[in-house]
Amino acid sequence: MTDLAETSGAAAVAQGPAPAIELRGISKAFGPVQANRDISLKVAKGTIHGIIGENGAGKSTLMSILYGFYKADAGEILINGHPTEIPDSQAAIAAGIGMVFQHFKLVENFSVLENVVLGAEEGRLLKPSLAKARKLLTQLAQEYEMNVDPDALIEEIGVGMQQRVEILKALYRRADILILDEPTGVLTPAEADHLFRILRGLRDEGKTIVLITHKLREIMEVTDTVSVMRRGEMGATLTTSETNPEQLAELMVGRKVLLRVDKAPATPGKTILKVADLRVVDEDKVERLRGISFEVRAGEILGIAGVAGNGQSELLEVLGGMIPATGRVELNGTALELTGRACNGRNRRARGIAHVPEDRQREGLIMDFAAWENVAFGYQNDPAYASGWLMDNAGLRRDTEGKMKRFDVRPPNPALAAKNFSGGNQQKIVLAREIERNPDLLLVGQPTRGVDIGAIEFIHQRIVELRDAGKAILLVSVELDEILGLSDRIAVMFDGRIMGERLPNETTEAELGLLMAGVSDGKGAT
Amino acid sequence: MGFDTVIQVLDSTLRLSTPLLLACLAGLFSERSGIFDIGLEAKMLVAAFFSAAVAYTTGSVWIGLLAGIAASLVFAGIHGLASITFRGNQLISGVALNFLASGMTVLIAQSWFKQGGRTPSLIGGARFEPIDLPFAGSVAGVPIVGPIYSDLLSGHSVLVYVALLAVPATWWLLFRTRFGLRLRAVGENPAAVDTAGVSVVGLRYAAVGIAGVLCGIAGAYLATGLQAGFVKEMTAGRGYIALAALIFAKWRPWHALGACWLFGLLQALALRTDVVEAIFPFRMPVQLLDSMPYILTVVILAGFVGKAIPPRAGGQPYVKER
Repeated sequence: MTDLAETSGAAAVAQGPAPAIELRGISKAFGPVQANRDISLKVAKGTIHGIIGENGAGKSTLMSILYGFYKADAGEILINGHPTEIPDSQAAIAAGIGMVFQHFKLVENFSVLENVVLGAEEGRLLKPSLAKARKLLTQLAQEYEMNVDPDALIEEIGVGMQQRVEILKALYRRADILILDEPTGVLTPAEADHLFRILRGLRDEGKTIVLITHKLREIMEVTDTVSVMRRGEMGATLTTSETNPEQLAELMVGRKVLLRVDKAPATPGKTILKVADLRVVDEDKVERLRGISFEVRAGEILGIAGVAGNGQSELLEVLGGMIPATGRVELNGTALELTGRACNGRNRRARGIAHVPEDRQREGLIMDFAAWENVAFGYQNDPAYASGWLMDNAGLRRDTEGKMKRFDVRPPNPALAAKNFSGGNQQKIVLAREIERNPDLLLVGQPTRGVDIGAIEFIHQRIVELRDAGKAILLVSVELDEILGLSDRIAVMFDGRIMGERLPNETTEAELGLLMAGVSDGKGAT
Repeated sequence: MGFDTVIQVLDSTLRLSTPLLLACLAGLFSERSGIFDIGLEAKMLVAAFFSAAVAYTTGSVWIGLLAGIAASLVFAGIHGLASITFRGNQLISGVALNFLASGMTVLIAQSWFKQGGRTPSLIGGARFEPIDLPFAGSVAGVPIVGPIYSDLLSGHSVLVYVALLAVPATWWLLFRTRFGLRLRAVGENPAAVDTAGVSVVGLRYAAVGIAGVLCGIAGAYLATGLQAGFVKEMTAGRGYIALAALIFAKWRPWHALGACWLFGLLQALALRTDVVEAIFPFRMPVQLLDSMPYILTVVILAGFVGKAIPPRAGGQPYVKER
């Protein structure tokens, strides 16, 4: 066995060092869907390699095959030049592969130490394993600037910290190849920068890093080489320094894409929404909104930036009539009900507020219902859809068909269940339902989360069109690019407060990042 | 009410809490691994029947015990197959097993023994006899300590001591070993265990298997220790009380001991109406005592005494996500 390894190692050296990862002809189908088609890829040792592609391009499937989650239908995996079978995660770990998933795989009520040790214990008893892990963890933490408290519970530390635990988990298992799936989705810009520093440090130590993302900026910032995936196939592999975001976007989508939002300067009119000293206390008696005040005028987009979980969701829910609050909210000069039975989504809609919720799959749609049924939600009492007790199903279908055409939903089939549309098309169904009501105020949360680039462009255009029609728009997004590109004014939220307001062309990402992290400079507008 | 009466009631508490404790720990293993087990009742019942039947036939209570454990393991296996391998609904599987056990035991008992769905009374070596702890006889005369040792602690069947020892053993296994860490993890977040390269299915089967063994002992104790033979529906809802105790204990071994003692005491009091009348100035209906475990559990679930948070992945079949 050793002889064999040495011989093939020597052979590899003769042709230059073997790539850390080599995939040959990997194919994988889920039923009729070909998720990966004949994929070949080489990732050189000691580099950061980006894999970019739209949602559903097959990136995650490919990496799941590499980590033993799925078995490929065909193809071969070579790790450091040796053909390697990876039937399960254990084999992947043994081959030196570590994976940091988009949704962390941590046990919430375990300590950091226990999470790191889990599955990689030294023996049957815990104590010696934990003691050894504690030592190694301190060492790793110092080496790579990843300080974590080994005894902290996962549920008590922030997401940035949790991600570090995931990386430490992989390193503790002696991973030489680290795969990160959409790692910056939950991070502040500063945390993302820190992550990139860690990744560069790891690369310089000789580790190989594969970064899966749909964010062009990350690819440009941190990778050495980049491969583009599209519709289950692996496209070009490029040297990052020799390409640019426009070229990558075009390769991803298959046509030219406008990365910038194309919009004229706003011409704000009268005040539509006026919020004063808005407060929300949740079930656990925690104050989620701590006295928020702002205004949105007709014909402008106010963007609310912030890391997820700082009160933005509650703000949308209060305005959408989903949860009660205290304070004062005026729409077109008259107060909205913030408590009691009159505080509900139906009344809000009647007042001219449309709401595109943050989580379309939980709050925006019923996934098992057909598109036309989903289009009726919230407006089921509309005389156009119903007469008395009976729904006008045929009319609804026709109406939905029209909406689907106007919003370029594919396939334009009203009878198809919501779950059978891609993320972008689901979002277009929700948008069509809300925007076509011609509301005075549109609340829109995470409009492009999990939506591919081509659809992002379309959705952004629609929101700008609504603004140009003189409507007020409140945009909540954790994507700073989106906030900067779409908003006419930006308010940054942190810990239930607005830390400050900025104009997009007078601020920088760094400044917004500081506000998002709760660092106020006294220029705040609260 | 004298000291003797207190000893008698506590002695009865200890015996009555034994099947609860074993079943509760069985539920603890299963639910800590993420598999809800409403079929504790079923496993105890089949174990009670088969242990009694085999003990009667062979004349050996130990062979009876093994038969009871085996029967319970078969039921555990079915539950595992339904809820782990085929990712079915764990509650439905448990309820189905409860019905199956309830009907099956009586049917087979009638077919084998023709005594109206019961086994003949067990005598001699076909029953677990009380065992005396060392020096039980000689310290009996010492005031206070004497009766506590020789009447309360000594003189139970071996399974009572097994149940008591199972508590520290469970605690140690869960919190001091690799297996325990993984077991607790798989009930909280199976994906974490899976990505760490440990088999979710294997761990859950192991937990369900341990639950099977413990329920088997509990059932055997009912039919061959606490009583002398199997009678129809002899578990009498103990599986559900054990589940209530598990929630009451917030899925922790030592707390489970406390909860089962408390519920055992309530059962013991329900049998001693004279004592109840002496304690309470009014007539306490026995039914109220019988329903106390459930009432207390509802109180706990309503959040009056801290929060009872079940294992987070409990009840959900594990499917690898894309």
